[in-house]
Amino acid sequence: MNKEELFARIQKAIIEGRKSEAEDLAREAIKARLDLTEVIEKGYVPGIQKVGDLWEKGEYFLPELITGGECMKAAMAVLQPELDKAQIKTKSKGKVVIGTVEGDIHDIGKNLVASMLSANGFEVIDLGADVKLEKFIDKAVETQSDFICLSALLTTTMLGQKKTIELLKQKNLYGKFKVLVGGAPANQKWADEIGADGYAENAMLAVKLASRLMGA
Amino acid sequence: MIKTVRPKLELLSRRFIEKIIDEAFEILDKQGIFVENKEALKLFSQAGMKVDKKTSRVHLKRRLVEKCLATAPSVIKLYDRTGEQEFVVGGDEVHFDPGSAAVRILDHKTGEERKPETKDLVDFIRLTECLDNIHFQSTGLISADVPHAIADIYRLYIGLIYSRKPVVTGTFRVQSFRPMKDLLAAVRGGEKELASKPLAIFDACPSPPLKWSNLTAQSLIDSARAGIPSELISMGLTGATSLVTISGTLVQHVAENLCGVAITQLAKKGAPVIFGGSPASFDMKRGTPPMGAIETMMIDVGYAQIGKYLNLPTHAYMALSDAKTNDAQAGMETGVGAVLGALAGINVISGPGMLDFESCQSLEKLVIDDEICAMAYRLISGIAHRDDPIATDKFEGYTPETQFLSMPHTKKWYRLEHFYPVIADRDTYDAWASMGKKPIAQRAHEHIEKLLASNPPAVVDQHARGELTRILTAYAKANGVTSLPGLP
Repeated sequence: MNKEELFARIQKAIIEGRKSEAEDLAREAIKARLDLTEVIEKGYVPGIQKVGDLWEKGEYFLPELITGGECMKAAMAVLQPELDKAQIKTKSKGKVVIGTVEGDIHDIGKNLVASMLSANGFEVIDLGADVKLEKFIDKAVETQSDFICLSALLTTTMLGQKKTIELLKQKNLYGKFKVLVGGAPANQKWADEIGADGYAENAMLAVKLASRLMGA
Repeated sequence: MIKTVRPKLELLSRRFIEKIIDEAFEILDKQGIFVENKEALKLFSQAGMKVDKKTSRVHLKRRLVEKCLATAPSVIKLYDRTGEQEFVVGGDEVHFDPGSAAVRILDHKTGEERKPETKDLVDFIRLTECLDNIHFQSTGLISADVPHAIADIYRLYIGLIYSRKPVVTGTFRVQSFRPMKDLLAAVRGGEKELASKPLAIFDACPSPPLKWSNLTAQSLIDSARAGIPSELISMGLTGATSLVTISGTLVQHVAENLCGVAITQLAKKGAPVIFGGSPASFDMKRGTPPMGAIETMMIDVGYAQIGKYLNLPTHAYMALSDAKTNDAQAGMETGVGAVLGALAGINVISGPGMLDFESCQSLEKLVIDDEICAMAYRLISGIAHRDDPIATDKFEGYTPETQFLSMPHTKKWYRLEHFYPVIADRDTYDAWASMGKKPIAQRAHEHIEKLLASNPPAVVDQHARGELTRILTAYAKANGVTSLPGLP
């Protein structure tokens, strides 16, 4: 199998959501001593982009979208040790600290966003659900991340998004990270009201928003 | 007279129900369920169940849960504020109450959703009080002009001041239970009196999949001990927080609710508990939980049938819509839900007035929905054998000139046989046009103004009001809230 064929198969595996095949092809690429950066950029990335396109066109629904993200994650997990060994730094589009705010255990929306950001080249630190507000800030400082993404499904817990921004202000860190908010009760108006840097309605729009804010 | 058939909707065969229950029991036993509440875990542990304290996972044996089912009452009686009017929650009785805890209100004047304030909550409660087909109140709006720390108790406080109807409510914080119970007891004249004549239902929602949080498990325990009925609100989202198949979601729903029943009965044998829920068919395109989806309603009707099989009172979130305004979709989804819920004999149906995925209340929709509920009630009252013979005697001496309109038979029965709506348009085109071609929301709005102007608020007596205000003020103060909005 030549390089082009492999890239095409990788794309197909991602588009069709076949996880073990996406992993196997990553192993094959390693075995063939291919340039792994090229494998990612010409195989995996176009694959997940196509998944996103199909989703936007209305052909793919959330199960296909999230499966695509999981395939990417699985393949990257195979490639990462090799990249580390060769000391190749993959281009990160940005570093994201993400989680569902304290008091709220809903994490579907957050998982979708985390998965899509990660599949699209962002470095994602997922703190999970019911995350103490201070923890978002501490982790963002510690990892020097670009974004803090706050998810909330409940109208009662969405106040945590506002409080996190207030905490950032208190700590003189406001403006240091781009704060994105999401979740059923949130909207652009809310984001503006509390001084967040952005709001996205769904996971794909979150990727676009984050990319735009990174100037990509 | 020939007995009237009570029209009935059932979606599951007996065999299918038993299969779903069997699998729910198997999951509770083998996989267990998470209960993040120390007291509940202790109750389970004392009952001999295997509890993993580290993970808060409890493995429930079928025999224990069945014992709990046997002590849970199959019928609950609620009483209004005066203690005189009784509402039976059980059998195939149907009671509608407005969809609860909306964070936004649809402002008729602007056509936009906005945050509700105390005045909106008072209007909402007063309006519900006027609507005959909405039997219960709900603490339907969360006032944005009071701090969140007292938001749950505040809406109950307003509800108890301005309404006589029993109320469906719930806690947002563990510590709110006590003052909320105190408010209810103050109206009832004591804790014992409250337990013997419940005035409120407290909702408690497990977190899908298979988890009872600290807050909700505590609410079950506290309510059980106070004799306040708990409503178990399982809410799997198909393919997102539960299995994608309707039957798969039902298994999880039943497992979560059975655990809830067990908590109530272990806390207090015989505690009133309602087999309810707010599940939804997850929209795989948009990631939203559509309450107006037909599959959502199918899950509701399905678990309600299982609840009845288990001999428990039932509840569902139906008769509501995901539309953002009072359009055709709002009427369509609400109408279908109200009718299906009523046909299924679901005892408490929460939803009227609600739009936008349980997030927005509309006063205009509430009065439109009251008419929808009237239609549903009329439907389930069935076709009656009013008199005998049915017709032959009325046709004696029949001529082409016979007048039905002036027949005593007509006068005797027309108001009982037929419902005459106020909001729905039944005018001729010309009459409708001459009145300004008003859309339904406008007609509803004008009707609300009339209703509120002609019905003085059903304010609680001075003594009880003083007591309610004392309890609220003390709790507010303890939470650092010193000023509260003025009330009419």
